[in-house]
Amino acid sequence: MAINNLKEKGMQLVFLLAACASILAVALICVFMFGNGIPAMREIGVVKFLTGTLWEPFADIYGILPMIIGSIYVTIGAIIIGVPVGILCAAYMAKFCGPREYRILKPSIDLLAGIPSIVYGFFGLVVLVPIVQDIFGTSGKGILTASIMLGIMILPTIITVSESSIRAVPDSYYEGSLALGATHERSVFCTVIPAAKSGITAAVILGVGRAIGETLAVSMIIGNQAIIPDSILSGARTMTTNIVLEMGYATGLHRRALIATAVVLFAFILIINILFTVIKERSEKDA
Amino acid sequence: MPRLDNMKTYAQRHRGSLVIRLLVYLSALLTVFVLISMVGYILIKGVPNLHLSLFQWTYNTENVSMMPAIINTLTITLLSLLVAVPFGVFSAVYLVEYAGKGNKLVKIIRLTTETLSGIPSIVYGLFGFLMFVVALGWSYSILAGTMTLAIMILPLIMRTTEEALKAVPDSFREGSFGLGAGKLRTVFKIVLPSAVPGILAGVILGIGRIVGETAALIYTAGTVTGVATSLFSSGRTLSVHMYALLSEGLYTNQAYATAVVLLIMVIIINALSSLIAKKVSRK
Repeated sequence: MAINNLKEKGMQLVFLLAACASILAVALICVFMFGNGIPAMREIGVVKFLTGTLWEPFADIYGILPMIIGSIYVTIGAIIIGVPVGILCAAYMAKFCGPREYRILKPSIDLLAGIPSIVYGFFGLVVLVPIVQDIFGTSGKGILTASIMLGIMILPTIITVSESSIRAVPDSYYEGSLALGATHERSVFCTVIPAAKSGITAAVILGVGRAIGETLAVSMIIGNQAIIPDSILSGARTMTTNIVLEMGYATGLHRRALIATAVVLFAFILIINILFTVIKERSEKDA
Repeated sequence: MPRLDNMKTYAQRHRGSLVIRLLVYLSALLTVFVLISMVGYILIKGVPNLHLSLFQWTYNTENVSMMPAIINTLTITLLSLLVAVPFGVFSAVYLVEYAGKGNKLVKIIRLTTETLSGIPSIVYGLFGFLMFVVALGWSYSILAGTMTLAIMILPLIMRTTEEALKAVPDSFREGSFGLGAGKLRTVFKIVLPSAVPGILAGVILGIGRIVGETAALIYTAGTVTGVATSLFSSGRTLSVHMYALLSEGLYTNQAYATAVVLLIMVIIINALSSLIAKKVSRK
């Protein structure tokens, strides 16, 4: 009996320790990222680093404002393109289509979610870039191209999360609206979707997180000039692409400045995560 | 929903609704169109470039064979799962079977797993570089890549396992306890076996993420072209291989071929996972 008890207690401890692995991982990530990034930021000057508009590693000038703005621009672009299509498509899957269409659509969206980002980037490079080039007569690489690409990449996230939150709305909402004489479309868009609002918001935030963190696909089609973009056709550089472009050969302060860029990105992601958690909790309370 | 024959009067009466309906249909069509054009384009351009020579055992600049990369992908996938699955499953067991309600630790664990699942892969890549490659001195190696990816897929395995465990009816546990089994025995003999399909679905999703991962591997597992022969040797996976081909700029045709192989892998992985999902829901 004593041995059995020991085994029970021992394994419980093992399970507990395993559960703490994720805490340890986050702690380690924070220690290594902040531990390497913050001293570099101090060395450069925090304000200079965050608001500097020049990025010239050879002159030891490190300002990442253009990259922050670039990241924000492409993310907004991705949201403008991906969110309306995503929500409408989710509405179609939850409220409009029959089982036969659903059986085609659902695996398609899963596949869209599974395609590696490098393949997306390649597709963007060989298809989207020439199209934009033809239409606007520019180099084809820039914020618009990257936004379209990212808009496609965040579609599966937005569709999947929105669809499940639309489905979670009780049928009585929809039926009540129909009974009052509203059309199917009106019932869906004026009663069901507003009721799924917080779930859909969570989906959008998740999409923002994906868009702002995407690296390689973006680096292939955004042009990568470290300047503050002046139009949606001009080239830009995001925080992620800044890292991946120069990390390969950077040394010394340059390398640490890149890690500091990742720290800023990490801070953005943490804020987005907190927002996501707060909104998800609220939507669970609603349900 | 109105049928087609009275669609005309319907359209006259509810113009706004018709517009909305068209937009909804259009969005769904657009989504499918994007997928089909992407997959179609890559298959049409890539399949003619799939030569047998691309699957030879050795890589050289004349023949950028993807075979070593495929083998490295398999190695890294297996090793990452070997690390992540026990941790993920055990922590899910703790969260579902052992932790009491309102436990503070559980809240922290949930917060950290959600944080982990939101971190972009480039941040994972830099972290892996700083910790495993530099601080622990493993240099660019399969092991460093494996550990980085294991941390990356941990939240995924945890979440799917948790859901699978929660779906096991309490009557199973009560029956086991009633027959005199202890908690541990119940977990290993009753709860976990009935949760296997759900856990498997999570594992397959994890495989999908590993196969598609690039940014987290460039600075951890490195980009050496050969087959990695030990844990401490560097090796590129198929996605990294494709990235390298593209950034060298000389091998577009081979990149198309690699994209086809990647796509086929992803399609197989997805088919497997939906097959298992069907099995789970049929239960």
